[in-house]
Amino acid sequence: MPIDCLVLGAGQEVGKSCVVVTINGKRIMFDCGMHMGYMDHNKYPDFSRISKTRDFNKELSCIIITHFHQDHIGALPYFTEVCGYNGPIYMTYPTKALAPLMLEDNRNVMLGRGEKEQFTSEQIMECMKKVIAVDLKQTVLVDNDLQIRAYYAGHVLGAAMFYAKVGDAAMVYTGDYNMTADRHLGAAQIDRLQLDLVITESTYATTTRDSKYVREREFLKAVHNCVASGGKVLIPAFALGRAQEICMLLDDYWERMNLNVPIYLSAGLTIQANMYYKVFINWTSQKVKNSSTTRNAFDFKNVRSFDRSMINAPGPCVLFATPGMLTGGFSLEVFKQWAPCEQNLIALPGYCVAGTVGRKLMSAKTPAIINVDKNTQIDVRCQIHRLSFSAHTDDKGIMDLVRFLSPKHVILVHGEKTNMAKLKEKIESDLGILCFYPANNESVPIPSTLYIKADVSKSFLKSSLSPNFKFLKTISRADADERAKSSVQVYDDRVAEGALIMQKNPKFVHQNELMVSLGAENHEVLVAYCCPVCVSDELKDVAPSPGENMPPVLDKRSLVHLLYTKLSNDFQDVTIQNDGDHLQIKSFTVSPCLKEMCPHRIQVNPDCTSKAVNFCCTWSMEDEKLAWGVVSIMKDLELKTG
Amino acid sequence: TCLSEGKGYHFPPCHIVNICGFRVLIDCPLDLSALAVFSPLPTVISNLFDEKTSNDGGQCSSNSESVRQEVAESFDSKSLIQAEPWYKTVKSLQLWSVHSLDVVLISSPTGMLGLPFLTRNKDFRAKIYATEAASRLGELLMEDLVSMHMEFRQFYGPEEFGCPQWMAWEKLELLPMALKDIVLGSEGTELCGWMSIYSAADIKGCMEKVQSVKYAEEACYNGSLTIKALSSGLEIGACNWNILSPRGSISYLSGSVFASTTATGFDYKALKGSDILLYSDFTDCNDVDSEKNNFPLATGGCSYSSDIGSCSETIIESWIDSSEYTREMETVSSICSCALETISDGGSVLIAIGRPGVMLQLLEDMSLSLDSSNLKVPIYLVSSVAEELLAFSNIIPECLSSQRQERFYSKPGPLFTHVQLSNEKKLLVSPAIHSSKFLTSWQEPCIVFCPHWSLRLGPVVHLLQRWCQDPNSLLLMEEGYDINLAFLPFKPMSMKYGLCSFISGMKLRKVIPLLKILQPKHVLVPESLRPHISCCNPNFSVCYFSENETVIMPKLKSYADMDIAMDSDSKEKEEQYIAKLKGELLVEQGKHRLVLENKLVLSLQVKGRVDLDSLLTALQKMGMKVTAEHAQSTDGPENVSIVYISEPKEALIEITPTRTMISVADETTSSLVSEAVRSTLVCF
Repeated sequence: MPIDCLVLGAGQEVGKSCVVVTINGKRIMFDCGMHMGYMDHNKYPDFSRISKTRDFNKELSCIIITHFHQDHIGALPYFTEVCGYNGPIYMTYPTKALAPLMLEDNRNVMLGRGEKEQFTSEQIMECMKKVIAVDLKQTVLVDNDLQIRAYYAGHVLGAAMFYAKVGDAAMVYTGDYNMTADRHLGAAQIDRLQLDLVITESTYATTTRDSKYVREREFLKAVHNCVASGGKVLIPAFALGRAQEICMLLDDYWERMNLNVPIYLSAGLTIQANMYYKVFINWTSQKVKNSSTTRNAFDFKNVRSFDRSMINAPGPCVLFATPGMLTGGFSLEVFKQWAPCEQNLIALPGYCVAGTVGRKLMSAKTPAIINVDKNTQIDVRCQIHRLSFSAHTDDKGIMDLVRFLSPKHVILVHGEKTNMAKLKEKIESDLGILCFYPANNESVPIPSTLYIKADVSKSFLKSSLSPNFKFLKTISRADADERAKSSVQVYDDRVAEGALIMQKNPKFVHQNELMVSLGAENHEVLVAYCCPVCVSDELKDVAPSPGENMPPVLDKRSLVHLLYTKLSNDFQDVTIQNDGDHLQIKSFTVSPCLKEMCPHRIQVNPDCTSKAVNFCCTWSMEDEKLAWGVVSIMKDLELKTG
Repeated sequence: TCLSEGKGYHFPPCHIVNICGFRVLIDCPLDLSALAVFSPLPTVISNLFDEKTSNDGGQCSSNSESVRQEVAESFDSKSLIQAEPWYKTVKSLQLWSVHSLDVVLISSPTGMLGLPFLTRNKDFRAKIYATEAASRLGELLMEDLVSMHMEFRQFYGPEEFGCPQWMAWEKLELLPMALKDIVLGSEGTELCGWMSIYSAADIKGCMEKVQSVKYAEEACYNGSLTIKALSSGLEIGACNWNILSPRGSISYLSGSVFASTTATGFDYKALKGSDILLYSDFTDCNDVDSEKNNFPLATGGCSYSSDIGSCSETIIESWIDSSEYTREMETVSSICSCALETISDGGSVLIAIGRPGVMLQLLEDMSLSLDSSNLKVPIYLVSSVAEELLAFSNIIPECLSSQRQERFYSKPGPLFTHVQLSNEKKLLVSPAIHSSKFLTSWQEPCIVFCPHWSLRLGPVVHLLQRWCQDPNSLLLMEEGYDINLAFLPFKPMSMKYGLCSFISGMKLRKVIPLLKILQPKHVLVPESLRPHISCCNPNFSVCYFSENETVIMPKLKSYADMDIAMDSDSKEKEEQYIAKLKGELLVEQGKHRLVLENKLVLSLQVKGRVDLDSLLTALQKMGMKVTAEHAQSTDGPENVSIVYISEPKEALIEITPTRTMISVADETTSSLVSEAVRSTLVCF
């Protein structure tokens, strides 16, 4: 099979995204993430399935990282430095700049949780040196056959969907994306492509999100109420992305409501991150970009940086702390301090991976006891606000994207099994596209389109590109006395018809050129039959036989017309052309035969001759069935006026 | 067609290429060095009146031919045209009707300076492609030009209607030879290329028509041309173009630098294997000519025409990190050291260098060397677009050199250090020389970066008038222009000056190895390179082109490519010789694609002749009674064989070399007979 898709991670789950796709012999690894919910070896994708010998350099053509979230990049240093992959790694410019920060942050969190160190900071830097940065829409030739291209995906700064093409087979891996623009990032954008396969995330496979404004209002109300009553608000968030988005929202709101409650960003990472946002302002939304000439949108007016000593300082405040999902580190530390107090509010933006404290909080009803780790329990009494601010697309967005790309196959990853099953149903029934949602370590073979490369002759292109008008002239003669009404039907029938000559260099030519290009002569094979048709007596009177004064042409025409009306009743699915002298159905032509001795008249029925008019029919072999159908009708026919 | 060879960096060449019936204009520059014929604005009004009167006197006396020639040898500042300047465009471009252009490709920021002249024309309907950075920088350059021009407008009053006075023939006749050459061109035909300045609205209108692309993005024009911009390394945003059409591909190679200090390097690998390569890097062609009259640069300063040639050109990969980068860096550092010398002597430095990339690099290195030598001297950047330029330079990591990107990744911080400099008040940015902020902060000695390199427009004029008598001060400008003419209005000059040459294209000795790597089928090179190219024996065909001459390339292919979509499951591996197909033809990304409606062989056609004997045996096998006879055809001289079938039903077969006619009355017989006929023929 030309495309083979092996899902190493994020199959029927969220976390450790990693898909290895083989396209026409080239193997590409899309994303190399780690699972935040596990502490053991399950945290990394099972790389041994790529290659038994662990010779990854030979097995993989390249690695493509869509964005800097841990579940998409977390295992990369492990894979390159520990497993020894040395080949090219592609990611966008912002991702390359931000990835080391995120990896370092995550490393510290893991060390904080008391896990074994998998790689050092130096190894992260080493790993990043192997990365080749790409720009959006830049077409990169990885080698002579493999070509990749990034498209804007929204989601987070620098997130991209990747298009990969080898030979004739092409596919898109979406990574995480967002189809609606938010405050600081634009919506995903992609060209209409010819695709065999789309691998899409399905985090919100069955949720259609309501208007953003309602959600924002609710969130602001909750935050405002909390700080008004002197509470502290904790927003655990990734340093990049959600933090900026909500920061912008709050900063705006603070301005409007004239609030002076401090908003803090936990020090270090977030401030550095803001600097990156300023540099990569071209990767944010159009609105932010446009306003950047006057004031950089990431210079917040009410935002200050936070110091550890301020955790227990009195008075209300809003604090953004990393990491999101409360997986450890500073946000968990603050959480432990603030959670027992009823006044406080914890706002959880976005998705929480199963197994994290954040996930437990989401489903908890306060007051509740939550196990943070083996020996710590926390009595959570604070309010909890769930914010659906996630930068993932909802089911409508997924459907829109799939419909837009209309690939031949869809694979769902990065979602929950039950929801994926529902989405699969929907895609297959609504769009008629085959859809799969493999579990981890399963692989799906996908057939792909094959193209025959051929040289095309000029006249073929000309004939099929220029409007091909067909004028079908119909002369309707309802009555012999009435003036002939003629109408012209015009068709623009731009169906390309030609012949493919398979040889060393396939050639495609126009039908008329075929014989010339083959150097062969055409030999026409025609079948003919002169068919007698009975004519009723009354018609005989109106239409005199040849030899009388009436011009025979008129006579012929009326006969043809009579036959035409008859036949068009019986053959409604084919077009019958009537040009007065003869009728034509495909290659079948019929015209009244006035010769005394027609060579095609074989059986002469003596009874009938007096009343019959002969119609000469010819056709070529391929229309045999049709022809005999017409003839059999004609034999049983009796032409009458009216 | 090549319209103009251009002059180095600031006036890139301009071409029109006709591909597949689409007319593509590559670059639309302005010859700003021609501005030298105009007099800069005098600072003191009274000066002007003096000059005007004396100028008139001079003109009166130079009526006769002989006198004028004498004047031509020793013309002075008064002979410059005292008028609102017009701008010289590519003359031959005027001869093309604007509406016949389909595509305009811009390969560098300077290559779009003349674009508003085209786009303000109502008939203009072409699509303009430029890289994001080039279009933004180009826009800034144009805005700067217009705002500098405003100074003239304020001085000379609103524009005169119709032709300005200086354009009248009698006035032109009076111009000294050197000026006349510039105005009229050597053949005296270039007057029509002069245009008055466009407005800010023209620029805006022009920018709206520009479709910005990224490096290596495949843009598609009209479904059939796929256009790709590839980094050329000359400047931030500069690019070479690769145009893919159904009938072959063409690459346009503009001035390219393998490794530049600021911009991304030359992406030559992507130009590999195209059908036609249009080589349009005129840097060395001009160098070849200028080597002959390589006039020594006497007046103090420093000349940097160093020749670094100790590199192994055979190994291409070594080019990338070799000579050009180091040479550029050396140039920059020696400029810095010269500037430092001047500063420590108490003089000021005026830098009139028009390349954004070089300027940004200089700015950074200059401040570093100031720091290292503990000199506390302010750096000024005076330009109406200075602030935008600096802001823009910090948000384009994609367009910068690999060294700079590396630095950014390893040590997070802004892309250029000028952000810190202006925060620390070491760098002062001002939109104009007369702004109050600028005047209050002014202190000498200092280093000033300001436009315009022609020394005719903008703040440089004022500063030059201030310092031209100061022997301690230093003016730094680019090499390659008529220094005498440029300095004319400021004479006598006691100021030191330095000419620096920056790389603006490929060295000749790198051209041939490069072409060998790129392996194009045909190469178009400028006529002036003929002696250099022809001596090596290339394995591709070479054509030479010269200005205003159309070169017609041979047809690349008589057949266009087409893809025929087939589902892989219908991969019946019969060796089908010929198949008739029917489907929908799409043109996409410069490729024809046939989407089949049905996979079936549509209709049958038969070739060859019917062999009578085998037909008879075939019919007999079917149990028919046959008799054959030869007869003369009723309607032609052809030989006709007639086969009568009497059993089981009557039928008649009439065979001529091109046609077989079966006359038969019932279906079964008919199908049997046709089967028999078919079996004796080759069908497809």
